[in-house]
Amino acid sequence: MLRFVGRRLWYGAWTLAALVTLTFFVMRLAPGGPFSRNRKISPEVQANIEAAFHLDEPLWQQFARFVWGVLRLDLGPSTRHRDYSVNDLIASGLPYSLTIGFWAIVVASLVGVALGIAGALRRNGMTDYVAGTVGVVGIAIPIFVIGPVMQVIFGLRLGWLPIGGWDGTWRSLVLPVVVLALPNIAYISRLTRASMIETLRENYVRTARAKGIGWRRTLWRHTLTGALLPVIAYLGPATAAIITGSILIETIFAVPGIGRHFVDAALNRDYPLVMGITLLYGGMLILFNIATDVVRAILDPRIRNER
Amino acid sequence: MSVDLAPARSASTFQLQLRRFRQNRLAMVSVVVLALIVALCFLGPYAFPFTGEDADFDFISAPAELTWPHLFGTDDFGRDLLVRVLEGGQVSLTIGFLGALVAGVIGVLYGAIAGYVGGRTDGVMMRLVEILYGFPYVILVILLSILLGGGTLALFAAIVFTLWLTPAVIVRAQAQSLAQREFVQAARAGGMTGPAIVLQHIVPNCMSTVLVYGSLLVPEVILSESFLSFLGIGIKEPQASWGNLIQAGTSAMDTDLRLLLLPGGLLAVVLLCLNFIADGLRDAFDPNDR
Repeated sequence: MLRFVGRRLWYGAWTLAALVTLTFFVMRLAPGGPFSRNRKISPEVQANIEAAFHLDEPLWQQFARFVWGVLRLDLGPSTRHRDYSVNDLIASGLPYSLTIGFWAIVVASLVGVALGIAGALRRNGMTDYVAGTVGVVGIAIPIFVIGPVMQVIFGLRLGWLPIGGWDGTWRSLVLPVVVLALPNIAYISRLTRASMIETLRENYVRTARAKGIGWRRTLWRHTLTGALLPVIAYLGPATAAIITGSILIETIFAVPGIGRHFVDAALNRDYPLVMGITLLYGGMLILFNIATDVVRAILDPRIRNER
Repeated sequence: MSVDLAPARSASTFQLQLRRFRQNRLAMVSVVVLALIVALCFLGPYAFPFTGEDADFDFISAPAELTWPHLFGTDDFGRDLLVRVLEGGQVSLTIGFLGALVAGVIGVLYGAIAGYVGGRTDGVMMRLVEILYGFPYVILVILLSILLGGGTLALFAAIVFTLWLTPAVIVRAQAQSLAQREFVQAARAGGMTGPAIVLQHIVPNCMSTVLVYGSLLVPEVILSESFLSFLGIGIKEPQASWGNLIQAGTSAMDTDLRLLLLPGGLLAVVLLCLNFIADGLRDAFDPNDR
């Protein structure tokens, strides 16, 4: 087990190293710099600015400086927002993004699993039909169509919820969380349904029933533990989906999280901020994937002994 | 009446699978609807005496009244909404199908070679895929499209570069088992070269799997394209795409919903159809997978 975790961490470190390198060189090779504006500035000023951000050093030295900074968790100053470091900007946005992301995962898992189980137990019943429709709609219709439509319905027409922004109460959380959770509800309910149906047919479930174990207990103790394995495996990709979605959600609902920072930074060529957020996202994703694998390995010895 | 005594020619597996697909009513309806939308997007704009970039100053922000010539009205520059949506569809659909095709071809070849050659080569090739898989997909697309300088081509390349991984992994697994099969060994014993075996034996035998997963790539590419265009990173004004039309629609949604609903609705219908078709293909070609 320890070897398994160690190996996963080792691969994770490699992926992170590749990500650091790739981000750095992509941002340096990209055409146009953060200071190449239309406005003419004198060569001395230009030189001073470049010196202040170490852009005058040779590339390998900049890279070394960057890697050293990453190791000390210091991502340098933002080139766009004067007097703010990348760390400041990430720290200011992260609480919003984490709150929305956390609740979206919770809602998606609970609702998705519940819909999936209900669908599997009453196949082709009313619940199954509704869950199937939610599944198809949630997967096919993109967040940036559903989001604005929800804003119009619940924000503008009915006036129940704020259409965007952040007032610190649960009310401004509802729409972003629901819209962000929707595609994941769809995936999770589909996965749960399929694997529940499969597990219900397994011999050990029939054995449990034959031994006289009650229907309820068979379901909770025997069927669910097996059936939820693929769902747990999906939580890694779900994190990726939540990160992707949060970029859109924060744009649509005007939430000042890091997803919005990322898009602005990419459009403004704020290299340090783009790199910082990329590394943060990449690191989170890698950690979540490892955590998912470890949980799966604990639950399922077959995975542990692979390779 | 003559009695046919020859043994009935049994339909090939592919024909059976195709027949099974045709019996799937939802999938067939989706094919028809999708074909109609594609035809409308590519032929529709010719029916109008202007293009989506022509501003009509007599009709600025005209409402949707279904009157000629601006059936669904115009935007605040006086450009015809319907024609813009159809032209945006051309861009989105072309990128979608072409992107899936190119990503599919790259992925299939990569996976087939890795699976067939095996050993160290396979290890290195798959490690690369594993590392790329660890990247947050959208982040990678955004970084790449910045690196390539923005624009339609950069967007296309960035999307393709991030989407060939899944077909590569799937085909590699199949190629690995195919490489052990007798007919491949016979081909090798008969003096066939590696590239020829990969192209003539491995790839054709992976085709049905590729078709199933490839059909899922199309909506994914369309979604990525509109996603990026929505954020302002992909296709930019004045060129229309569903993504940037939806974006323009959201900024005017408190006064004028049709700017959002027409492109958004069309995109949703296309994605729904593509998903139903993909589901139908999977049911027809891969019955074990349900």
